[in-house]
Amino acid sequence: MAPDTLSVRIAHRLSNAFALDAAFGAPAGFTMILGPSGGGKTTLLNCIAGFAQPDSGRIALGARVLFDSDERINMPVAGRRLGYVFQNLALFPHLTVAQNIQYGIVKLPADERRARMMAMLESFRIANLIARKPNEISGGERQRVALARSLVTNPAALMLDEPLTALDNATKSKILDDLRAWNASHEIPILYVTHSPEEAFALGERVVVLEGGHILAQGMPQHVLTTPRHETIAQVVGFENVFDATVRSIAETQGTMLCQLDGSTTQLEVPLGHAQIGARIRIAIRAGDIMVASAHPQGLSARNSFQGRVQSIRREGVRVVVMIEAGATFEVHLTPGAIGALQLEAGKEVWLVIKTYSCNLVEPSPQ
Amino acid sequence: MDWSAIFLTLRLALLVCATLLIVGTPIAYWLSFTRWRWKFFVESIVALPLVLPPTVLGFYVLVAMGSRSPLGRWYQSLTGHGLPFTFEGLAIASVIYSLPFAVQPMAAAFSQVDRNLINASSILGASRIRTFFRVLLPLSIGGVVTGFVLSFAHTLGEFGVVLMVGGNIPGVTRTVSIAIYDQTQALDYAGANRMALLLLAFSFVTLSITYSLNRRVWAVWPMQR
Repeated sequence: MAPDTLSVRIAHRLSNAFALDAAFGAPAGFTMILGPSGGGKTTLLNCIAGFAQPDSGRIALGARVLFDSDERINMPVAGRRLGYVFQNLALFPHLTVAQNIQYGIVKLPADERRARMMAMLESFRIANLIARKPNEISGGERQRVALARSLVTNPAALMLDEPLTALDNATKSKILDDLRAWNASHEIPILYVTHSPEEAFALGERVVVLEGGHILAQGMPQHVLTTPRHETIAQVVGFENVFDATVRSIAETQGTMLCQLDGSTTQLEVPLGHAQIGARIRIAIRAGDIMVASAHPQGLSARNSFQGRVQSIRREGVRVVVMIEAGATFEVHLTPGAIGALQLEAGKEVWLVIKTYSCNLVEPSPQ
Repeated sequence: MDWSAIFLTLRLALLVCATLLIVGTPIAYWLSFTRWRWKFFVESIVALPLVLPPTVLGFYVLVAMGSRSPLGRWYQSLTGHGLPFTFEGLAIASVIYSLPFAVQPMAAAFSQVDRNLINASSILGASRIRTFFRVLLPLSIGGVVTGFVLSFAHTLGEFGVVLMVGGNIPGVTRTVSIAIYDQTQALDYAGANRMALLLLAFSFVTLSITYSLNRRVWAVWPMQR
């Protein structure tokens, strides 16, 4: 039996300033809902779950209609057969792990209930915790319990609202592995809300970019994230460098164009786009895609190398954010090791190296 | 010591508290969940006994129960006697008088419970009733106990409403506070003092138990802010 697709088309006005207006389909597997805080991600999940009633639209899981404003269908939350892992997990604090997990399957006979719970505890490696209360276990363990509590009911679709933001990367990836293993045998749509492009990249089979209540883009992650078509998407998905520029020359046979950044003499070779000489364009570059050299680099395939001066160096956890002035201000992310090896410090002259295909052409926001 | 007054008062307070649990809990639930824009209207009505002079409340309850009102006539046709100056009439008046003391702590406690927990319960397939008994009530037990104890203590000490609706019939409507008033009027200061002291000690002990209990409850569930 083919797994059901979750299809969503809703409009929901929350205030005069904010309205959610979204349409997308989520087949079995991970669909990442990516966007900044306040973009409407949680509101979207709340409408699907039935905690909020959209003003209009239709939500269906396969042939099962959960909500349809035209046909006046609004299935009660309890009947929707969905799993929802809340941002704060919402484990029942007065119940043990075992009671939490069995909460959604109380109608089953006791022995089947126990068997299902044990299988779940096994898959998420939390069998040792059954007698504990939620405030007696770690954050990662709570996360696993919340997943197990949702999945033990065999939901027809699962929604995760930024579930792993509070966890360290190692714990996070272990939990995701277990979730993916579970999903391999229970093919259901999983909506995974995140504001982290890295997470969207790593996990998703599909990505829906949501900002200001609207879907800006949707599709395969590589497609949506690496060739951002709108400036807002570029910011949402983490292009730290966005420059205005003018096309100076076009090399049709090379598939490239030369562009001059506004307010500087710096020129960048970028992939060929639909632009004429003299046209205004926007270029987006990831901070991690820019290389830094202490001397003039030679024998490189990269087409863009030019001189700049280090303005500031700021450490953010395991990465170092370097701001470099080279006609425009470039944000570059390096490892602490690279900083040491290059002996970088504010005021030092360096060379920036950028591959042509690290320069993404961005359309200005449609406004 | 007027033991019949003491037992009557205890009987009245227990009956009123039990009734308030049954009547007050749904009101508190509704108040903390509804998004109805005129909700403040209901809140005001429930809170009215807090500010109204007991004589005013008692007067209207008396009128509403009287043989000229539809309610009074209906009750009379049902039981053969009127409500004023009976124990039942006194109990009804006391329930109205103590309503805010039961409803407010419960509504406050219900509102404190994380709405995600309620949502989590629903999406896991639980009905509203089950959500109430399995999640909301256990996490608001402190507020429910407080409501129960406050309305109990409040009923023990009421005077004006009792006098208006119940009068002063020994064994039927004569409560401790009325007995104290009577003894004072009769210059029996020693008797009044014994009764008053008993009421004072009882009120103090119940309140102490409530507050110590509440602290323990919140220590067990620190997630409940």
